[in-house]
Amino acid sequence: MIGALFPTGHDRRLIPQARLTGPMPWVIAVMLFLTLLAAAAALALGSAARQINADLAGRATVQIVNADGDARQKQALAAEALLRSDRAVASVTQVSEAEVRALLTPWLGSGATSRDIPLPALIDVDFRAQADGATLTRLRRAMQPVAPDARIDAHGQWLKPVFDLIATLRWLAIALVALLALATTASVMLSARSSFAAHADTIDIMHLLGSTHQQIARLFQRRIALDAALGALIGCLLAAPVLWMLGRAAARLDSGLVSAGSFGPIDWLLLATVPIAGIALAVFTARVTVLGALRKKL
Amino acid sequence: MAPSVESIVQFENVGLRYGTGPEALIDLSFTLFSGQFYFLTGPSGAGKSSLLKLLYLAQRPSRGMIRLFGSDLMTLARDRLPGFRRRIGVVFQDFRLVPHLSAFDNIALPLRIAGMRDQDIATPVREILDWVGLSARGDALPATLSGGEQQRVAIARAVITRPDILVADEPTGNVDPDMAVKLLRLFEALNRMGTTIIVATHDVHLMTRIKRAQMMRLEAGRLSDPTGALRYPPRPSDMTGWADKAPQQGEPRR
Repeated sequence: MIGALFPTGHDRRLIPQARLTGPMPWVIAVMLFLTLLAAAAALALGSAARQINADLAGRATVQIVNADGDARQKQALAAEALLRSDRAVASVTQVSEAEVRALLTPWLGSGATSRDIPLPALIDVDFRAQADGATLTRLRRAMQPVAPDARIDAHGQWLKPVFDLIATLRWLAIALVALLALATTASVMLSARSSFAAHADTIDIMHLLGSTHQQIARLFQRRIALDAALGALIGCLLAAPVLWMLGRAAARLDSGLVSAGSFGPIDWLLLATVPIAGIALAVFTARVTVLGALRKKL
Repeated sequence: MAPSVESIVQFENVGLRYGTGPEALIDLSFTLFSGQFYFLTGPSGAGKSSLLKLLYLAQRPSRGMIRLFGSDLMTLARDRLPGFRRRIGVVFQDFRLVPHLSAFDNIALPLRIAGMRDQDIATPVREILDWVGLSARGDALPATLSGGEQQRVAIARAVITRPDILVADEPTGNVDPDMAVKLLRLFEALNRMGTTIIVATHDVHLMTRIKRAQMMRLEAGRLSDPTGALRYPPRPSDMTGWADKAPQQGEPRR
């Protein structure tokens, strides 16, 4: 089955080619190397966006800012009770004052432990699903009568600029993959055309001896398939250590954001389809180019 | 001549023009019959090669109607042309061998194109190589063969599939007289097996060798006998004026 893709001994003699001394495998190798990097970036950024979204978009913090400790605590309890009864909310955790002070100590020093500094009451809210704007507005309105000093902040909102940047970079990476595919197509078209011109006499003879256009196109597409397979192999061998090193460097950063961009099995599977898609694209392009040139013959 | 069930090629008012130049072939109307042997003669530039190109489907006529194997070529679907070409063996004037294929592979090419398996190819190719006296040169590339040897490879390639029609453009131009006669015998043998043979040649001596051959003579793009009534032996009046003008070997011809 795979053998049918590649030229037989006779085909190779009929349309001889330079193999690795020719430019085509190397052009495809470079294109594929770059495509793999761009595709890996697109997948990593997509994975990061999904991961961060899953971690943060379903969470919010309610702050009650009131200098009067009793009033603050009363409003906090009321807000907590209201949130618990809401169907959109999965769980509610009131952050203890001790925890809030401990959180602030690195910034405020030992002064943070002073009872003289009023601190807001904090309530962590986990939603059943992603908290949309409508849910947050509804909760704000519901809390207004019982906890007028409550302010609800969705975690996703804080990271919106980061999300936007990730989304832009991801689309940029996808656009790069598309551009590289276009460039590969153009290179294969040029190569097929020049090969067609170089073997014009042979093609003419085959044509007059009764070759069908499909038979002639098959010779070229098999030839390009072999070039593309060699190029894909070289491209993959070059890209694999680069991706591995980038992965290791990212892991060493130990940042939640970066580790969220690691590859899962499906991502690796998608990356593995890149060389196969590259070979298929090259073969298809060669076929269309040669059939187009043959259409001018009787 | 009226069309017949045995007719294999029919031309009706066929004209051929290259680009915007004058017509190379003008008002050709004739019928060729299956299993016959035809010589096509005429002075250099008369249009013999152009007529052969129409016959082996390298060119479409500018006007007129051509029927081949009973089908009108003007209305024939393009994807049926390769099947028609496989039924026509061609010996090109310039041989047109594939330079990077050995003599063996050049001869085997029509069989491979027809889809024959490698194991079935060797025997017929070796037989025909033997027939044209090149059994020891099967592995040689065309560039290492003499002109005569290349011509014999070209002839072997044209006949290997036992085509229904064999079209040959000066097929003995580069071989010695003995080999020319031998190749003509090969054509005759093929003809006896039912192949219609059309040979364009200037060689009067060769034409007299095939007793039952008929002659077509082209002059300035027209058949000199517009009825297409072909005859053998050629009358002396048919021969005067063109045999003398026939180019010598090596002289460029159309």
